[in-house]
Amino acid sequence: MAGGNAGGEVLVSIRNLTFSRGSRKIFDGVNLDIPRGKITAIMGPSGTGKTTLLKLIGGQLRPDSGTITVDGRIVHELSLGRLYELRKKIGMLFQTGALLTDLNVFENVAFPLREHTKLPESMIRTLVLMKLQAVGLRGARDLMPAQLSGGMARRVALARAITLDPMMIMYDEPFTGQDPISMGVLVKLIRDLNRELGLTSIVVSHDVEETASIADYIYLISEGKVVGQGTPDAIRHSESPWVLQFMEGLADGPVPFHYPAPDYAADLLNPPA
Amino acid sequence: MQSSKAIEIWVGLFVAVGLIALFFLAMQVSNLAELRSNDDSYRIVARFENIGSLRVRAPVSVAGVTVGRVSAISFDNQTYEAVVEMRIDPKYDTLPIDTSASILTAGLLGEQYIGLSPGGAEEHLADGDEIELTQSAIVLEQVISRFLFNKAEGGGASGGAATSSE
Amino acid sequence: MLAPFQQLGHATLGTMQKLGRANLFICHVLTGLPEILRRIRLLLAQVYSVGVLTILLVSVSGLFVGMVLGLQGYNVLSDFGAEQTLGVMVAASLVRELGPVVTALLFAGRAGSALTAEIGLMKATEQLSGMEMMAVDPLKRIIAPRFFAGCLSMPLLASLFSMIGVMGGYFVGVGLLGVDEGAFWSQMRSRIDFYDDIVNGLIKSAVFGVIVTWIAVFEGYDAVPTSEGVSRATTRSVVYSAFAVLGWDFVLTALMFGGD
Repeated sequence: MAGGNAGGEVLVSIRNLTFSRGSRKIFDGVNLDIPRGKITAIMGPSGTGKTTLLKLIGGQLRPDSGTITVDGRIVHELSLGRLYELRKKIGMLFQTGALLTDLNVFENVAFPLREHTKLPESMIRTLVLMKLQAVGLRGARDLMPAQLSGGMARRVALARAITLDPMMIMYDEPFTGQDPISMGVLVKLIRDLNRELGLTSIVVSHDVEETASIADYIYLISEGKVVGQGTPDAIRHSESPWVLQFMEGLADGPVPFHYPAPDYAADLLNPPA
Repeated sequence: MQSSKAIEIWVGLFVAVGLIALFFLAMQVSNLAELRSNDDSYRIVARFENIGSLRVRAPVSVAGVTVGRVSAISFDNQTYEAVVEMRIDPKYDTLPIDTSASILTAGLLGEQYIGLSPGGAEEHLADGDEIELTQSAIVLEQVISRFLFNKAEGGGASGGAATSSE
Repeated sequence: MLAPFQQLGHATLGTMQKLGRANLFICHVLTGLPEILRRIRLLLAQVYSVGVLTILLVSVSGLFVGMVLGLQGYNVLSDFGAEQTLGVMVAASLVRELGPVVTALLFAGRAGSALTAEIGLMKATEQLSGMEMMAVDPLKRIIAPRFFAGCLSMPLLASLFSMIGVMGGYFVGVGLLGVDEGAFWSQMRSRIDFYDDIVNGLIKSAVFGVIVTWIAVFEGYDAVPTSEGVSRATTRSVVYSAFAVLGWDFVLTALMFGGD
């Protein structure tokens, strides 16, 4: 059993997870533990189903077999009502931000409050401005999502994800496609929020440097299996050639440079009839 | 996105315009206004040998003015006559008791309706009364066949008279 | 050898699955009604974008359709000396058929395609998914208001179309071609029945409203979440709506007017 050994209480625990899309197996016997109050990173090449894993944890997809336990409850056995109760305690930051395009920044951040609470308008205003201040975008409250840069949109989405004061936030590729400055801002935000709000964070990413700089514990996933795990330092000094190739970004290694093909010379010399 | 007040006003206008259109269709285009006044109308009956293609809801008119509608058509098993029941608008309650009813056609190919021609009696028709003097519908085939028959018989000279000798 | 049968079977199964999904989908959406009634503003905003923004298109089309009916009807009827029945012809065609059908087709093109594209894009940009993760049911919060707004707007738009069409016919017939004004209205009023014509036309437009909006929101929700998928879904939404409206029009007409 590959249990997380980062210490402390476990918030999310995944056991023997298998999941397939059509005939393609995305997860095949994955075991993961996400400790409470820490930042856990899940890394791996594109297309290994990291986003799918977050959707499984959030209960948007159901596993073929295995169990996913969040805060002591088995996610895929909850009724829809209970699942929604659980989701109110989980924030998720989508790759694109997933802001509602017909609402401005303020209303986007206020959205969960308006949907789930009956707070008076003045209270909503205060809460929203506090969350926007935390991500440094209090001044952008009247902009529409289309007017925001990618990094700003993600920060607004982050403010929205924390409006209901969740116990956990899942970040889906937070650093992809960001310039160095936005990247730095996001790294700082994720780290600060986790510390100050006592959150548990799951970061899914393939940006090695940034992720390694904030994560307490890293899982490496490839081809449906956990291929490596440990603290960032332990991972960096791993013996495994696959882990080394991924962390160092080498072009060739256990993941071959060439897509499987017949012999090169034979292929050139024998054109199809 | 417009302010919610503007949206409410627009939606209010939209619903109002839609309902006005519906009201217009009901009152101005259809017969709803007439249907409603039928409630206190009075009923008279007439018997015809042949009603042609007269249908329920066909107009009943006096001097070209619609005063009521055909409300029911039935067949009398004893006399083999058609019994036509009409509802007349209570505004027109002074039709003499010897009024005659005939089934006429609007235009050459138009729908059939009942034309009433008032007589000279002092008494007025009341609810449930029957019109004694009736004239049946002209059935085109019968008229033509009679015309051809007379023409063949009389050798052409009496042809014109034959149609009007009904 | 067996390939054509396999294709046919594949297509049949795919269609059945889609119909099944569409039915489950609409059942779920209908359960959102109580919430819509509690938060009527959500509905109003959608009535605005689905109904109010279609008024101009429907009015202008109605006017021209009515005017053309007046012109063509006059040409045919005057051969029989029956110009007086022009009002009947214009009103009957509008109220029974053209009002509901043309409005539904315009509605599918203007509002239906916009709904499909909007919902498809919300799906492609993970807005629907994001809402689910915020514990908000997108079927109730996003789809239901749009669906009910469409169902509510269609009969109103069809009534508007018919009214403006009658005005257009009146303008051409009485105003330009000199049909007697009294005969135009009185013949119309004596031959158009409130229950047979107006109410049946209203029922038709309500049915079309449900069909077109259902197709539009479902195609958006069921779209492949890419820009190509959304554009295909938008095309499908309009095409299926047109087929469904014309097909159901035949069925409804047979039921309503076929008897006698």
